[in-house]
Amino acid sequence: MFVYALKRLFGAIPTLLILATLTFFLIRLAPGGPFDSDRAFPPEIEANILKTYGLDQPVYVQFGRWLRDAAHGDLHESFQYLGRPVTEVIEDSLPASMTLGLASLIFAISLGIPLGCLAAMKRRTFWDTSAMFLAIAGISLPTYLVASILILVFSLWLKWLPPALWEGPSSLVLPVLTLGSRPLAIIARLTRASLLDSFNSDYIRTAYGKGLSRTKVVFKHALKNSIIPVISIVGPLAANLVTGSFLVEVVFQIPGLGRHFVQAVLNRDYPLVMGVTLVYGVILILSNLAVDLVYGWADPRIRLGH
Amino acid sequence: MAGLIPASGWDIDVIDSIKKFTRNRTATVSLIFIIGILLLAIFAPQITRFSYEEQVIADRLQGPSMVHWMGTDNLGRDLFSRIIYGARMSLSVGIFTALLALVVGTFFGSIAGYFGGWTDGLVMRAVDLFYIFPSLLLAILLMLLLGRGFTGIFLALGMTAWVTQARLVRGQVLQAREMSYVEAARAIGVSHPMIIAKHILPNLWGPIIVSLTVQIPAAIMAESFLSFIGLGIQPPFSSWGTLASEGFRGMQSYPHLILFPGGVLFCTMLAFNYLGDGLRDMLDPRNTSDF
Repeated sequence: MFVYALKRLFGAIPTLLILATLTFFLIRLAPGGPFDSDRAFPPEIEANILKTYGLDQPVYVQFGRWLRDAAHGDLHESFQYLGRPVTEVIEDSLPASMTLGLASLIFAISLGIPLGCLAAMKRRTFWDTSAMFLAIAGISLPTYLVASILILVFSLWLKWLPPALWEGPSSLVLPVLTLGSRPLAIIARLTRASLLDSFNSDYIRTAYGKGLSRTKVVFKHALKNSIIPVISIVGPLAANLVTGSFLVEVVFQIPGLGRHFVQAVLNRDYPLVMGVTLVYGVILILSNLAVDLVYGWADPRIRLGH
Repeated sequence: MAGLIPASGWDIDVIDSIKKFTRNRTATVSLIFIIGILLLAIFAPQITRFSYEEQVIADRLQGPSMVHWMGTDNLGRDLFSRIIYGARMSLSVGIFTALLALVVGTFFGSIAGYFGGWTDGLVMRAVDLFYIFPSLLLAILLMLLLGRGFTGIFLALGMTAWVTQARLVRGQVLQAREMSYVEAARAIGVSHPMIIAKHILPNLWGPIIVSLTVQIPAAIMAESFLSFIGLGIQPPFSSWGTLASEGFRGMQSYPHLILFPGGVLFCTMLAFNYLGDGLRDMLDPRNTSDF
């Protein structure tokens, strides 16, 4: 398994390289530059600025320089936060995004699986219908509507929780509820479908035949097998949570990676865009790998590396 | 197993399926809702009593009333009219993006699945690359190049959405190409493009329609996210996302400004999801309303 993980990590290097190349040329092709502002600089000063940041060189030279420096762990200085290295900006903002993403994932899993089980066990009852309505609503609700309703109710009317910013655990609650509602719905639906599917299989009939109680059959036998498709979706969900959190970060003004990305793109902060994209790429690769490893552990029939 | 029935036999199948579909009341209501919203969007100029851009400052920030069904915004524009006109933008982005993804994805997916070998390898490499590129971020970058109007958004979202379609079609074609009717077609000397176009793809209409009910709402949602954070549709044009974005700022005093556009989007998403579930049940006899 260790060898397999190592192989996968090395295999990811070319992918990251292509990702970096694409992003680099896409952002440079976009009209406008980092130092186009309302007040025009005198030409000498502008030439000087461009020279300092190497922007007067041909794009491929700039890319070569960026690659060489990136390989040494230097992602250059940000343009919008003058003097701050991109690595430092990322170090400052990654924890917020990761906390938000992980907390939302835990929230979604720990509520989604029980909800799916409840719906499957009480199939075609009031419980099932309402759980599945909740789930389909969770998938259909636009993030900003969830956020607005939560802010309206809990911050502005009840004044229980802060409406924005990132100060202490209480400011985590609303963003996590917002970000976690969609994955929660997806997990609940998948758990239910997967459980219902396994109820028809022979080993469940055998378990009932042995005289086991319904709860025992569901939790000891059915759930174990039904959880595998759920695990397989957690990877993409986790990646979506980290990379898709930018809307939530913008709405709740959380100083995370996503908000930086949006700002950096708007301001043509080339180094920061590159840095954040790279971090996102790494997160996606790692979460996919983690899921594949858990997958192999949960279902020994799946042999890794073959 | 709708996908496995040979092309010539699907007329009776269709009538059967429609009967089965109308038995699912939620899905039928959803379909009617979607058609209704589409009609509202198409006939917007005939339906709305107020122009979507006329500003009547004296009437600004009114709540819902008999005159202004959904109230007015901070410039005194009728919110109902703006939402109906916003539907034009949101729905066309959704539909055209899904169609673009459908055409591109089906093309690459079917040649990858049918020919296998290095063609498959090449297409799947490209697909994998798109998978590690966070799609909304890629869409944002692409939109910088293509402009922030309708064309920019539609191309940017389409270029990220074709990947899912390609994967789906490839999987289906991989299965279909082993079928005896494909072997028979090959044996009588039908050319490869003809086999794909005339024999394999017509059998995949089921999964393809179901995937449209996923792709269209996904694109509508993606557009509204981008517009909400100010990277999407730009004024004077509006979509549900831009309306929600305007509403978000004044939310504390005038919640109707975000609840109406957000609510309409929510209902549309709900309808597409229920419709998709209904179609999936209809086309797959194996699972009956389990997912």
